[in-house]
Amino acid sequence: MKALAIQNLRKTYDNGFEALKGIDLDVESGDFFALLGPNGAGKSTLIGIISSLVNKSSGQVSLFGHDLDRDNANAKRCIGLVPQEINFNQFETVRNIVLNQAGYYGIPRRQAMPRVEHCLKQMDLWDRRDMVSRRLSGGMKRRLMIARAMVHAPRLLILDEPTAGVDIEIRRSMWQMMQTVNDQGATIILTTHYLEEAESLCRRIAIINNGEIIETSAMNSLLGRIQTDHFVLDMATPLASPPVIAGYTIELVNRSALHVAVPKALGLNPLFHGLTAQGIAIVSMKNKSNRLEQLFIDLVQ
Amino acid sequence: MTIHTVAFNTILIKEIRRFARIWPQTLLPPAITTALYFLIFGRLIGERIGSVSGVSYMDYIVPGVILMSVISHSYANVVSSFYSTKFQHHIEELLVAPVPNAVILAGYVCGGVARGILVGGVVAGIARLFTPIEVQHWDIALAVLVLTATLFALAGFINAVFADSFDAISIIPNFVLTPLSYLGGVFYSLAMLPPIWQTIARGNPILYMINAFRYGLIGVSDVDVTLAFQMTGSVIVLLIVFSLILLHKGVGIKN
Repeated sequence: MKALAIQNLRKTYDNGFEALKGIDLDVESGDFFALLGPNGAGKSTLIGIISSLVNKSSGQVSLFGHDLDRDNANAKRCIGLVPQEINFNQFETVRNIVLNQAGYYGIPRRQAMPRVEHCLKQMDLWDRRDMVSRRLSGGMKRRLMIARAMVHAPRLLILDEPTAGVDIEIRRSMWQMMQTVNDQGATIILTTHYLEEAESLCRRIAIINNGEIIETSAMNSLLGRIQTDHFVLDMATPLASPPVIAGYTIELVNRSALHVAVPKALGLNPLFHGLTAQGIAIVSMKNKSNRLEQLFIDLVQ
Repeated sequence: MTIHTVAFNTILIKEIRRFARIWPQTLLPPAITTALYFLIFGRLIGERIGSVSGVSYMDYIVPGVILMSVISHSYANVVSSFYSTKFQHHIEELLVAPVPNAVILAGYVCGGVARGILVGGVVAGIARLFTPIEVQHWDIALAVLVLTATLFALAGFINAVFADSFDAISIIPNFVLTPLSYLGGVFYSLAMLPPIWQTIARGNPILYMINAFRYGLIGVSDVDVTLAFQMTGSVIVLLIVFSLILLHKGVGIKN
């Protein structure tokens, strides 16, 4: 079953800016889906329309078979949204923010209480339940928005840059949480500028640019298209000029490090044979950039 | 309890908790201000004025002062709360959820009505310290109280929908509501005005509400009470329809 089906979706703002130019997109139920694109590509407009925060100009959107125009209430019940910007009442307590959201979804207070406790505990916020939300740290505020989005147990959780501006420890715990939620059966759509996040978590990917979907595929097949890997090699002794090895493009990053473009067809063994033959000892190596990042740049440029 | 009832209760309770939490800003000022009105206008100046329409001046001004407080507080509650909801973007909590527009409107308006009536009760309590008013027509007084609070809560909601700054939510209360309330016969009878001003004053809708409430409380009115109810009811229906159209189109709250 399709969690999300979008056909010919267009959005033109009052100032004439065409943010979406006829988008078609399907997300299967249970998927962990990455929606990537540079700033201003149309990601937030697309998410805004799916979650009823932005009026579309034309096109169809349906969620788990519920059309957003004709069956709006049932469509909305399927979604939980974690927006990019903090958007809760800064003067309300943590517990009441989540409790009120449950109320908006029609869950009576008594029934919502255990669910609120579960979500806040899952986000490690239960100890802060009576704290006024504006006193929370940045990472806690983001976790509160996730707890709020999950309180009605949505079948589709949309996370719009949930890890922006949070430290690596919190980011890792949020990755774990997203994975757990997905494992429990919820479909997840993630937008992020951290491409390693998308690469490690998501099974399918769509890339949007200038209001159009320019790529939709499985993450593995997309990564499979990469023909060249880029590595940085740290050398035991400095060099004045880069070595020459047939088939590889090698540059000096500095006197003690090399940047090597490695064609997949050749692999790494001939490179190390060549380096060893020239008496160059390598002490460590790393990917210059993550693989998806390179593809992303190639696609949107 | 239906899901819409749960959503309505959630908004209403949130609104009531909001103005109760900031009671020094919402409930205390009208008590102090109106106590000064009753002391200065009712007691000190009123004793020199004598009777108006057959009642003491203190008794004459009590209904208008109560209703003036109801008007300003029912309006202020909705305009500030709903604008703040927009400003902090937590209106999005409601927009993403399956809450019908009518429930959103009803929740906020009833929150404003609750504050208006509570403030009206506080002011009435203060008035009782100055004069022992015996209510003449409870049904009319209560109906006018609720309808007036509803009308101005709706007006506050519409103001908040269009507002794009904190200045925009203070312009109408300061430059429209306050002058119309003072010129709506709170402190004087229409009969005390020259004929031309009597005609102009009859164009002020607040005059009808204040006089209808005055009739309910002390049995005195300058206008036809039935006409006052018809006017208030009609305006409420118009404001409800207009508010729902604004919400449906997403004016001021959706891109």
